[in-house]
Amino acid sequence: MTRTQSKASESNQAKPNRALPAAVIRFAGDSGDGMQLAGSQFTDTSAIFGNDIATLPDFPAEIRAPAGTVAGVSGFQINFASTEIHTPGDAVNALIAMNPAALKAHIADVESGGIVIVNEDEFTKVNLRKAGYEDSYNPLEDEALDEKYKLFKVPMTRLNKESLAESGMGAKDINRCKNMYALGLIYWLYDRPIDTTVKHLNNYFGVKKKKPEVAEANINALKAGYFFGETAELFPARFHVDKASIAPGKYRKITGNEAMAMGLVAASQLAQKTAIYCSYPITPASDVLHNLAAMKNFGVKTFQAEDEIAAVCAAIGVSFAGQLGMTGTSGPGLALKSEALGLAVITELPLVVVNVQRGGPSTGLPTKTEQSDLLQAMYGRNGDCPLVLLAPNSPGDCFDTAIEAVRIATRYMVPVIILSDGYIANGSEPWSIPKAADLDPIPISHPSDPERYQVYGRDDRLARPWAIPGTPGLEHRIGGLEKEDGSGNVSYDPDNHQRMTDLRHEKMDAVARSLPPLEPHGDATGDLLVIGWGGTYGSITTAVNRAREQGKSVSSIHLRHVNPMPTNLGDVCKRFKKILIPELNMGQLRLLIRGKYLVDARGLNKVQGKPFLIEELGDAIDLMLSGEWGDAEFRVPRDHHVTV
Amino acid sequence: MPDTPLPTVTAKDFASDQDVRWCPGCGDYAILNQVRKVAAKLKQRRENTVFVSGIGCSSRFPYYMNTYGFHTIHGRAPAVATGVKIANPKLDVWMVTGDGDGLSIGGNHLMHALRRNVNLNIMLFNNRIYGLTKGQYSPTSEEGKKTKSSPMGSIDMPISPLSFALAAEASFVARCVDVDRNLPDVLEAAAKHKGASFVEIYQDCNIFNHKAYEYATDKTTKSENTVWLEHGKPLIFGNDNDKGIRMTGDGKLEVVDLGDKGVAEDDLLFHDVHDASQAFLLSRMKYPEFPEPMGVFYSIEDDCYEELLEKQVALAIETRGAGDLDKLFNAGDVYEVVGGGQDSTHGLHE
Repeated sequence: MTRTQSKASESNQAKPNRALPAAVIRFAGDSGDGMQLAGSQFTDTSAIFGNDIATLPDFPAEIRAPAGTVAGVSGFQINFASTEIHTPGDAVNALIAMNPAALKAHIADVESGGIVIVNEDEFTKVNLRKAGYEDSYNPLEDEALDEKYKLFKVPMTRLNKESLAESGMGAKDINRCKNMYALGLIYWLYDRPIDTTVKHLNNYFGVKKKKPEVAEANINALKAGYFFGETAELFPARFHVDKASIAPGKYRKITGNEAMAMGLVAASQLAQKTAIYCSYPITPASDVLHNLAAMKNFGVKTFQAEDEIAAVCAAIGVSFAGQLGMTGTSGPGLALKSEALGLAVITELPLVVVNVQRGGPSTGLPTKTEQSDLLQAMYGRNGDCPLVLLAPNSPGDCFDTAIEAVRIATRYMVPVIILSDGYIANGSEPWSIPKAADLDPIPISHPSDPERYQVYGRDDRLARPWAIPGTPGLEHRIGGLEKEDGSGNVSYDPDNHQRMTDLRHEKMDAVARSLPPLEPHGDATGDLLVIGWGGTYGSITTAVNRAREQGKSVSSIHLRHVNPMPTNLGDVCKRFKKILIPELNMGQLRLLIRGKYLVDARGLNKVQGKPFLIEELGDAIDLMLSGEWGDAEFRVPRDHHVTV
Repeated sequence: MPDTPLPTVTAKDFASDQDVRWCPGCGDYAILNQVRKVAAKLKQRRENTVFVSGIGCSSRFPYYMNTYGFHTIHGRAPAVATGVKIANPKLDVWMVTGDGDGLSIGGNHLMHALRRNVNLNIMLFNNRIYGLTKGQYSPTSEEGKKTKSSPMGSIDMPISPLSFALAAEASFVARCVDVDRNLPDVLEAAAKHKGASFVEIYQDCNIFNHKAYEYATDKTTKSENTVWLEHGKPLIFGNDNDKGIRMTGDGKLEVVDLGDKGVAEDDLLFHDVHDASQAFLLSRMKYPEFPEPMGVFYSIEDDCYEELLEKQVALAIETRGAGDLDKLFNAGDVYEVVGGGQDSTHGLHE
């Protein structure tokens, strides 16, 4: 404590409030330490305070990896700002590390001169060894660390314990409150009100769990941490991040999976149909199932199927019977659904598939984000088998995308895959709350006249009629065998198969014609066009904005409609000298764009389980503009930099 | 559902305009005719009836019924049929599958449809061979079966469809032979059963596994090799009704002769369709050691999945009120930004 104490004694008594435009903090601890709760509470408080926010939870795939190890570290990063932000931030301004493993896992992401607050009590010999530090090394005694960062050593375990000595709770339960102690301390450091969290603790532990004593203990720990900051003379200054300039209106914090579930329910109401979500639990998509299962009072039915295949097949059965068949999964599950997706394509039934992408191949990195299911979603089926792909670009956008998916699926009688990802599914942002009355209805009609009915008749959008069981005179049979155009009878005729294959592709063209033309963010022409899709919107937009502020000729477009693509994409590409496609995969959209438009697009490709840093994108933009990029078709950022 | 007066329907009305394309002499024809008759007899309405199938010879069935039909993908009919019932519990849903479709590639789905007790009429056509792929052994082929893919004889232990269904918590389990005159009665009982009804139908593939069930169909051997099950009645069989099935002291079944050796009818096993353990024992009776039981093995009343799901939805609406989107959007910590910018008032709790 010597050094930190001397730092504290140098500080003024008055504790100045230093104003910051934004701050990035990260809570890190063992997966049992409650870091996700601390992080999400800080997020709620900041959102309600009026900041713009973006978050990045980062947790291990194991529910409880061995305690104290690096594998078991759980982290939660939040960027809160008085300006508009789109990403959880590159460098961490303040790290809260609850044990040696958390310090080890996250210290590299802290900016030089950044704040590092550690729970000193946990830096024991045993814990240091568990974290994989070399024998006799303690980072807290390392001068290099102390030089590089502002290190604050707080005996949180002991202080938390002392603050709850009168609580009457057992030692284990008391220890579980130390995340609230840490949160209280950070609330003080960043000048945040504690009332949102007090209210949450009362509601959750007091009312819902009926354990008011646990609520009280957590609140006392929270307050103790806060008061420690105020009285301990440890920190030379507090920080203040003002409210953001946000458009007036009502807001709430929302994650992508929450928005997705609400969007699907809203769509069912707009279509006057029952939303029936058939799914098999899989990380990181399960929360969509959980959310919908809790919305049965909307008429929603959820079906937890025996496997991924049953889930999609049941959803197809639902659509055949005339309600909204929906399913959700992640990469490995999408692979299992492939054959059934082909069935939905050939039977031309509406179907919505939510695919929350994660690191692959195979089981891969279940809790980490990636965009590597694009080609699987696009082509991963037998036969020529086109379907519609949509990609939400932020947590809140999942809501609109879900509605659009239902609209397209029912309007064109096609399956739609929504390519969300782990980052936007679990990440959160302020969401401008819509009014239900402002949402456009989704008109759906079912035929009833046997005279004019043809199973594979077509309307002007090339959609076949959605005739549903229970309708007299429209009895018909569909299935996976090729059907005759019009009548829908089984047909092996070669010309008919060509015609039906053509029609399935022309339906995509019909969808494309309905899309608004793309307008580049920035200028209509220029030196460099950055093309992105899905969850990378925030980081790409921020990086392009920064480059433009520096006078660089850079624009961007972000695809929400990945298949079919808007019809003017090829024209837009031609108006720029160079094209850069950053993706969290090894170049899947790049392959599609190169193939379709014959343009020399280059890639920035990262598969490290994390979103792009703005710095990495900035580097790539500079390399492209300066010509230093060279002939490489793609580059990979390593150690936060893109190098030639 | 439309409520127009019921027209008189005949088996013919359930025939679609498609030519039936099974091999001449296939057992499927007999089953198709009986199903059409039963549907007509039960006054099922064509527009409210759905046939769902997987892949295989039997799974072409829906094309030949003038009802709604869905010829899905290999093994997945139970899942698609479950979705149909969840979406519209009022529909009469029949599911057609085979020994390969239902017990090999689709075994998992069949198991779960049965345990959930989705109200489906499931017919499993068991011909103990892969017909559509031209003659490989199936999961019900007997050990040693020589086929194109098992030239030295199958080394797979065959599965008993009925034991499988009972173990999967099915609420109705029955068996019949394609050409048996009792088939309509069994199908009628299955159709009337509320919940998942599972009927194994011994079906002759006259191309790749002809006469597999001759022992159970030939006039001279049929009565010796099968025993008809009737609830509350003793298990008696034989050309002269002179044999029976008795349970031994250690709970095993044995064949006994009735009459002069002192075994009376009262000593025999009496069939109880509500007894799962007994049904399982019956499902283990295999030719030639035993006559094979035919008819309804097991039938109990239990809640159907799709009805329980509807009840939960109704209860949710009753206790929480019908869903209101605006309330949903505004749930949680909502805050209001007034006037915009950093001059806005402090965020409000709701």
